[in-house]
Amino acid sequence: MRVMAVCVLWVLSVAVTAQELRIEITKGNDKPTVVAVVPFSDAPGAALPENVSAIISADLYRSGLFRLIPASDMLGLPHQESEVHYRDWRALGTEYLAVGKMGRDANGMILAKVELFDVYRQQKIFSQQWQAPVSDLRDMAHAISDRIYLALTGVRGAFSTKILYVSALNMPNKRYNYRLMVADSDGARPKQILESSEPILSPTWAPNGYEIAYVSFEYDRRPAIMRHNLRTGQRDKLTHFPGLNSAPAFSPDGRQLAMVLSKDGSPDIYIMDLSTRTLSRITKDNIAIDTEPAWMPDGKSLVFTSNRGGAPQIYRVVLAEGWTERMTFDGDYNARAVPLPDGSGIALVHRENGSFHIAVLEFATGRLKVLSHTSLASLDESPTIAPNGSMLMYATENKGRGILAAVSVDGSVSFNLPGKDRDVRDPSWSPFLNPPQSSR
Amino acid sequence: MIMDMKKLVGFALVSAVVLLSACSSTPEGEGKDGAGTMDSSNVSSQVDSSEVDEFGNPLVRVYYFDFDKATLNPDVRAALDKQAARLRKNSISIRLEGHADERGTREYNLALGERRAKAVANYLVIQGVESSRIQTISYGEEKPVAFGNDEAAWAKNRFVELVDIK
Repeated sequence: MRVMAVCVLWVLSVAVTAQELRIEITKGNDKPTVVAVVPFSDAPGAALPENVSAIISADLYRSGLFRLIPASDMLGLPHQESEVHYRDWRALGTEYLAVGKMGRDANGMILAKVELFDVYRQQKIFSQQWQAPVSDLRDMAHAISDRIYLALTGVRGAFSTKILYVSALNMPNKRYNYRLMVADSDGARPKQILESSEPILSPTWAPNGYEIAYVSFEYDRRPAIMRHNLRTGQRDKLTHFPGLNSAPAFSPDGRQLAMVLSKDGSPDIYIMDLSTRTLSRITKDNIAIDTEPAWMPDGKSLVFTSNRGGAPQIYRVVLAEGWTERMTFDGDYNARAVPLPDGSGIALVHRENGSFHIAVLEFATGRLKVLSHTSLASLDESPTIAPNGSMLMYATENKGRGILAAVSVDGSVSFNLPGKDRDVRDPSWSPFLNPPQSSR
Repeated sequence: MIMDMKKLVGFALVSAVVLLSACSSTPEGEGKDGAGTMDSSNVSSQVDSSEVDEFGNPLVRVYYFDFDKATLNPDVRAALDKQAARLRKNSISIRLEGHADERGTREYNLALGERRAKAVANYLVIQGVESSRIQTISYGEEKPVAFGNDEAAWAKNRFVELVDIK
């Protein structure tokens, strides 16, 4: 009789460490827009646990589109429109200026009144007030960053989003520890969702932003596809067939889950209707590996990896008609495609000269553009894209340790999220979690 | 609020310690760690000469593969012939655990590890081992045994391991 000693722990949300991930900017934009975020005035009363204006500056800087004026260079520290002298800011080359005041209302809620100015036009762009409990100041700061980003770029900001990822530790004597984590998109506030001595991989978000799916080997040391509600902690075992149970991907309407099963022989793509739990088999090749399904944003087709031509390449299957076409032709290893949010192309893992990079295939031109140049012998994988299409995050290695890296979709900026003492990998960027703000 | 947070973190730490200590005890009947070698208590009670080859060496239980391949090399087939001879003489069941190196994508590597395990299983079945006695599982690149970013480490991580189960 074998004793199963699979240790699994899950909790609704437990803070593990103050900061498991740490940002390192590795490359900035060549022609950034120059922005000044003046340190906001303090709220009366006890000191706040977070520096809201510093978080906003860090958000804007990390996007790679902006150069931030350091506070030490500022000629004055205005907090409201009447204190702004445009001449001073023009002298520093500032194009846009954000100022703000922190306050506290009668119920102890923290207020931030923020104004954004166009320095050259000498015009106010917006004046808006935010309110949050003292525990949610990072959320408030990211919401303000989203608003500023929208005003300056015309694109909805994605600073208020989160990332799922797996953090792993390899110990002596073939013992392993795996944690499924969720953190802010800047790596702050990491929380452990699940811990296991058996593998956890392929975490992915449902479009509702509070359910996730992933693969866990906790049952009988075999893979199962799990659905997990982050609000209630409820978990459902969706599949636990003999063989592979792999690569879950929610449809854009959240009603279906694409996945990979090998219960009928070779690994094939299936779609589960989540209300009835019925399965339809999509790929029917009995020899090749078909895996890594991803839904195109219109929900009408799936892209997936198949080695039916001898080496892994990306294919697309149109679900209504059932026909399949090959999408990639450059190189002998193209895998794990993920569509750009506007459907104009896919990001994927591409091997070039023995090295694995993240590349983007634009459908209009058919061109494959390599985005990540981590190093000559890099092992980049698991691309995931911010819901506004601005940044792409992926897993890679640095000095033998698994880290997360991000690069703008145009390739002009990148940053790393190194883990403290564990390998971090398998990132999945959340959908938008807040209602959109008006762009006025 | 801050007190609550400290308590929560404290609870998490205690839970983690309990969890790690629970995980660190090797379960009874665990065959994995001894794979490729034999436990001394096993050897003394072992009278079946099919557990060793003609030179008295333990039978090979780890079979290596080339990158993105699941084909059995001649040395692997020779080792599996000896395993098949052993398995034909007893009634134990086995589990074949497939692995891949870290290069390439995780989900593709899971499929590749399964394909390797099934290639070994099919070969044993052809050699007369009942398929009902063989389980396969893939860990893909999730459980590496060698660490390092070079071919020496990668080669050690592209394998199928044969584990006896009752």
